[in-house]
Amino acid sequence: MTQLPTSTQKKLGLVIDLDTCVGCHACVISCKGWNTENYGAPLSDQDAYGANPSGTFLNRVHSYEVTPLATSAKPHPAAQTIHFPKSCLHCEDAPCVTVCPTGASYKREEDGIVLVNEKDCIGCGLCAWACPYGARELDQDEGVMKKCTLCVDRIYNENLPEVDRTPSCVRTCPAGARHFGDLGDPDSDVSQLVAERGGMDLMPEQGTKPVNKYLPPRPKDDLPEFDVLAPYLEPVAENSGGFIGWLDKALDKLPSKGAN
Amino acid sequence: MHPAPSVIIFTTLSGLGFGLLFFLGLGMPDVTGWTAFWFFVIGYVLAVGGLISSTFHLGHPERAIKAFSQWRSSWLSREGICAVAALLVMALFGAGLVFFNSTWQPLGYLGALLSLATVFTTSMIYAQMKTIPRWNMPWTPAKFLTLSLAGGALLAGQVTLAVILLVISGGITAATWAIGDGAFARSGTDMETATGLGRIGKVKAFEPPHTGTNYLLREFVHVVGRKHSQKLRIIAGTLAFVIPVFILLVLPFSHVLALVAILSHIAGVACARWLFFAEAEHVVGLYYGKR
Amino acid sequence: MAQPTLDLSPKVSDEIRKTTCYMCACRCGINVHMKDGKVAYIEGNRDHPVNQGVLCAKGSAGIMQVNAPSRLKAPLKRVGPRGSGEFEEISWDEAYGIAEGWLRPIREEDPSKLAFFTGRDQSQSFTSFWAQNFGTPNYAAHGGFCSVNMAAAGIYTMGGAFWEFGQPDWDHTKLFMLFGVAEDHDSNPIKMGLGKIKARGAKVIGVNPIRSGYNAVADEWVGITPGTDGLFILAMVHCLMKAGKIDLDYLARWTNAPVLVDKDTGLLLRDKDGKELVIDRKTGKPTAFDKPGVQPDLSATHKDGHKPVLHLMAERYMSDEYAPEAVAERCGIVASRIRAIAAELARVAFEESFELPIEWTDFRGETHTSMTARPVAMHSMRGISAHANGFQTCRALHVLQIILGSVEAPGGFRFKPPYPKPSKIHPKPHCKVTPGQPLDGPHLGFVHGPEDLALKEDGTPARIDKAFTWENPMSAHGLMHMVISNAYAGDPYKIDTLFMYMANMSWNSSMNTGGVMKMLTDKDEETGEYVIPHIIYSDAYSSEMVAYADLILPDTTYLERHDCISLLDRPICEADGAADAIRWPVIEPDRNVKGFQSALCDLGARLGLPGFVNEDGSQKYADYGDYIVNHVRKPGIGPLAGWRGENGDQHGRGDPNPDQLNQYIENGGFFVKHVPEGASYMKPWNTAYQGWAVEMGLYDAPQPYLFSLYVEPMQKFRRAAQGHGDIQPPEHLRARVEENMDPLPFWSDPAPANQVDDYPITALTQRPMAMYHSWGTQNAWLRQLHGHNPLYLPTNLMQANDLKDGDWAKVTSPHGSITVPVMEMAALNENTVWTWNAIGKRKGAWALDKDAPEATKGFLLNHLIHELLPPKGDGLRWTNSDPITGQAAWFDLKVRIEKATAPAESQPAFPPIKSPVGQGPKDLAWKVGK
Repeated sequence: MTQLPTSTQKKLGLVIDLDTCVGCHACVISCKGWNTENYGAPLSDQDAYGANPSGTFLNRVHSYEVTPLATSAKPHPAAQTIHFPKSCLHCEDAPCVTVCPTGASYKREEDGIVLVNEKDCIGCGLCAWACPYGARELDQDEGVMKKCTLCVDRIYNENLPEVDRTPSCVRTCPAGARHFGDLGDPDSDVSQLVAERGGMDLMPEQGTKPVNKYLPPRPKDDLPEFDVLAPYLEPVAENSGGFIGWLDKALDKLPSKGAN
Repeated sequence: MHPAPSVIIFTTLSGLGFGLLFFLGLGMPDVTGWTAFWFFVIGYVLAVGGLISSTFHLGHPERAIKAFSQWRSSWLSREGICAVAALLVMALFGAGLVFFNSTWQPLGYLGALLSLATVFTTSMIYAQMKTIPRWNMPWTPAKFLTLSLAGGALLAGQVTLAVILLVISGGITAATWAIGDGAFARSGTDMETATGLGRIGKVKAFEPPHTGTNYLLREFVHVVGRKHSQKLRIIAGTLAFVIPVFILLVLPFSHVLALVAILSHIAGVACARWLFFAEAEHVVGLYYGKR
Repeated sequence: MAQPTLDLSPKVSDEIRKTTCYMCACRCGINVHMKDGKVAYIEGNRDHPVNQGVLCAKGSAGIMQVNAPSRLKAPLKRVGPRGSGEFEEISWDEAYGIAEGWLRPIREEDPSKLAFFTGRDQSQSFTSFWAQNFGTPNYAAHGGFCSVNMAAAGIYTMGGAFWEFGQPDWDHTKLFMLFGVAEDHDSNPIKMGLGKIKARGAKVIGVNPIRSGYNAVADEWVGITPGTDGLFILAMVHCLMKAGKIDLDYLARWTNAPVLVDKDTGLLLRDKDGKELVIDRKTGKPTAFDKPGVQPDLSATHKDGHKPVLHLMAERYMSDEYAPEAVAERCGIVASRIRAIAAELARVAFEESFELPIEWTDFRGETHTSMTARPVAMHSMRGISAHANGFQTCRALHVLQIILGSVEAPGGFRFKPPYPKPSKIHPKPHCKVTPGQPLDGPHLGFVHGPEDLALKEDGTPARIDKAFTWENPMSAHGLMHMVISNAYAGDPYKIDTLFMYMANMSWNSSMNTGGVMKMLTDKDEETGEYVIPHIIYSDAYSSEMVAYADLILPDTTYLERHDCISLLDRPICEADGAADAIRWPVIEPDRNVKGFQSALCDLGARLGLPGFVNEDGSQKYADYGDYIVNHVRKPGIGPLAGWRGENGDQHGRGDPNPDQLNQYIENGGFFVKHVPEGASYMKPWNTAYQGWAVEMGLYDAPQPYLFSLYVEPMQKFRRAAQGHGDIQPPEHLRARVEENMDPLPFWSDPAPANQVDDYPITALTQRPMAMYHSWGTQNAWLRQLHGHNPLYLPTNLMQANDLKDGDWAKVTSPHGSITVPVMEMAALNENTVWTWNAIGKRKGAWALDKDAPEATKGFLLNHLIHELLPPKGDGLRWTNSDPITGQAAWFDLKVRIEKATAPAESQPAFPPIKSPVGQGPKDLAWKVGK
């Protein structure tokens, strides 16, 4: 099992829009809720009400500050804050799978989802070592490796209405910053989005070929300089006297919208 | 990486143990009977003790048997298989020496090869990790193998070989330190590639996802101060290589001094192994603004 | 080896129960998945008007709130000294007996000796009804320390404000401008709206000293200096007026821009029917504004010299005082950027306008074939309102929206039913106390002149919080933050019993937290009694306030109770529909607790309060659910609008329906009635909307009105200050009233009163999106996200003070100092520091370990803020609040910073309180299903 399938029928994954994510952690907790109650062991929390609470999460939202390089046009560009959700990227060339000694970690042939079969997991942690993204966490209560399942128990679940057959993080995201679909199909909505917005891989140099893509933030603080916009503020008057004079003329010019 | 005692003990002891078994397999020293028995006991205590210690960090050691299944792709699985095979073959070979006073040399050669292969597979578990640039290079197996051989030669009483191997392994260890120090920077992975935000500008971690710690931080993010690390390298090098070589080359041979040389070497290797883990920076730390 | 076979269709739950979330004040619909009678999973309700299926982190973490170890278990009677946390559990009967023993004599002698204030509850129409029947004038909720500036400025200016009152037209706006919004207010709708805007690539401008959350996704970030938003806005008004980029047609028709102002009194000219007068452009004569066919003239001046409002605006805002160059330095925004943003507003409002082909008829009888879009939308909340200049700043923002013609125009800002609602049809405040009798009317409301103030005959304040007095005439939400300090000082009078609900006054819900603890525990030297003799408190959880009460009425969690989110209160409507909702017990409490409102039904009956007993004296409402169904506020109108009438077939108006709650439950816990398409915009003037609102019971009669660029009631107060009329301010307040009750927005600088010269840095708080005031901390999942809070400093202040992340700094205000950990934030105004609000906790509270990071590293800025401003040498202590509404000026806090050696824990540290509920379990692996 730890050999990767040569190809998968689909490449299900997420597209995360960094231009839209407001960093609210909704996806983090929805994931925690669903996956505590569903697939495999619950996601446990140690010292839950104590001095050093620490639990298992399959999705975490980081935040970064990026300071653009100064240019002659913008010598002091403002720093930007970017919220950055991160979970398993369901890599095509998933190193976490091949290192697993027991075959517990595997990549599904039908849809490319990377899963852990908890019954076979010995909790050696090697898969977490192999993952560059920090997508795997060893549950301290159960002693098995936990990771994003892409809600494999939701996306095909016939007990859910069809519209709800998406990962819980996608269903809950208030800003609509998370998209789910088949990235192996160039015509899918998610593939189109990636094409339009220049979706990117994380750590491409690691050679993992992630399925999940990130849409980069759109350019920020790029309102044109005032001289470009000046025509929209062409003065009609310099003081209130002039303004009232202008008013009279302007009112005359108003299309009398059917005033009877 | 978190320098877990179980893994440090495992790799240090089993490396030595398999090193000794390697030499025993080659008939160096050429011993039989009780003498052979004690040599094999030492070899097995170290190798098996190390292996047992390695199971301490497992979440489910009772399922360890499943780890033999994935030899096609997993170095950890291969390591398990090699270790068991080496121990079995060497047990047969040892039984011949101890109980039948006969040398089934082909078995010995096979056992020696498997012992070395075990050390190699262990080293490949680390060397394969692209996520840990300091480990991800051919020098890692070279280091493990030469250290294992040097320690084995020392335990096997092969003075000349031991001196040569100690010098070689010492050199390789120093090389891994020197080369390893720049490995992360050379790997091309940085906060900009980790986040994909490098095209905007310089990236700095702001708020972490959770204010507390987590498995990833505990396991992968361990910061060793530069001064501290230099000091430990000097201590490790002195204990593991300089003192044993000095004793073997300069001082007159005595069993007590040989023991001192061995203990010094073990302490030095353990120290170097602590550094091997503690200094290893996993790329996931970048997401937390740490290395 | 083959892939394991997975069960891809596991059973999700036994049953879904749909109710309303209460993990914050957003009130989203939730699907509670039940397994074996227990809560297994919570997700958003796709059909719900507020959240349409999405749910935030708090909402999804509800399961950890319902199992929280901090839940109170039974009524408690204090047995140790106040503040110790020593209690014994008692029966409900005993608890009611104690409460009755305190309250009955008060009611019979002087009902104003009861101060009844509720915090963030969502049942204010019910709690105020109880207080009104008790007869005390001393009732309010938390609006006074939250966002009354925003609400009052909106209602006085345009008959509605943001959040519950209105929303951006997310579907049509092309430029969205966001000023200082707490990230938990209307949180899911804003996130959903931002998502819509982002999906179509429209622009967002964020005006906020801090670039976090919504401002992080803003395309353009304006890192303004706190407290200067009004100046920035009026500078844009200046630019737009100078360029004539204002919507003249809109101003002439729908606002009081053309209304004539009496040059002598400053009041609006009116005809004999009280109708505001405009000059009709056709006849040149003063004419009632609403006369069919009138063409209000913006330019003509009355022959006697009375000018239209727009002239006064031109005189003020076109002056150089408001030129971008004059304000740039104070605002921390370069002048060219102010101009660029103003130009962009003008460009989008007028160049990217479009017509929606919706035919409609206005109140003057004119029919329009379409609606003209002004696709510039704005939104704001506490960031601009929690300043001493907040009311006028909020007014300025509305003026900006109105001159662009964007309020109620497609693409602009849209009201949510029951708004628009002009200020004049809101109730006025009532304060007439009669022993043994109800108050003479509702407590809170909108004043229209000095005669509406809540003053006693001798001119002293009638209310304990001094709301509706000359200190803050338009305090529409009361002043909860002044109750304890006034009661302690006996100013304006002493009280006997303080009764509070869901308000953590001894911790994060007070300014001057340490001072409040002292006020609550101080004893009268002569009598040996507590200065505030009795305190009753209701909460569901072991909050810091519990320890400071004598009697605790334990409330339920939100999944164990009835509630109604009523159109009479703070509704959940959307611009396209009137909506209300319920909560119902999807699980039964496993403890001896009771919904607070049900307890009030019991207590009201015990006290024999009218409205809570039948004619025979028996208890009228068995519990809150009974009240929700059967209470009749006025004929045909009750707490819930849906499924009224005996058969449940009437909406809006109708008799009580005994099956009403079941019909709500069947419908997913809410009711929504959509606004007809022709009524969806231009509502204040749109006859189709007005008719629909009457039909729905939102109005008693059509209420078309003009937006008040010029707020006449303010001029009435100002005239009183100038010496006119019978009711005039006391001398020491005369100048202040005259200055501040300006009928046109102006900007005043709150910084000097906060000693900005010695304390040059503004310190702000905001609430993280994943936490709601103090509640998140007891939640095992949420507290991992925000377990402690650093003070964020901009890069320049980090460098100037030689600080690195994780270092500690001493932060000093004129009132006190704290020592706290710091962290650098580059995307931050360079004179501003901030932290997350209400993460810091008192040891012993919330069932946490005493070494919890919330208590050892977390901290509150509240210790630095006083309810009074620092002395300025006039012998008086002025309140730290807006002089118009009394809104607490949280965000005027000025500090200085110096590096400190790291203490063992954040300072000040308070001794632990004894937990009445013990401490939570060590580890959690929560799974309900087998």
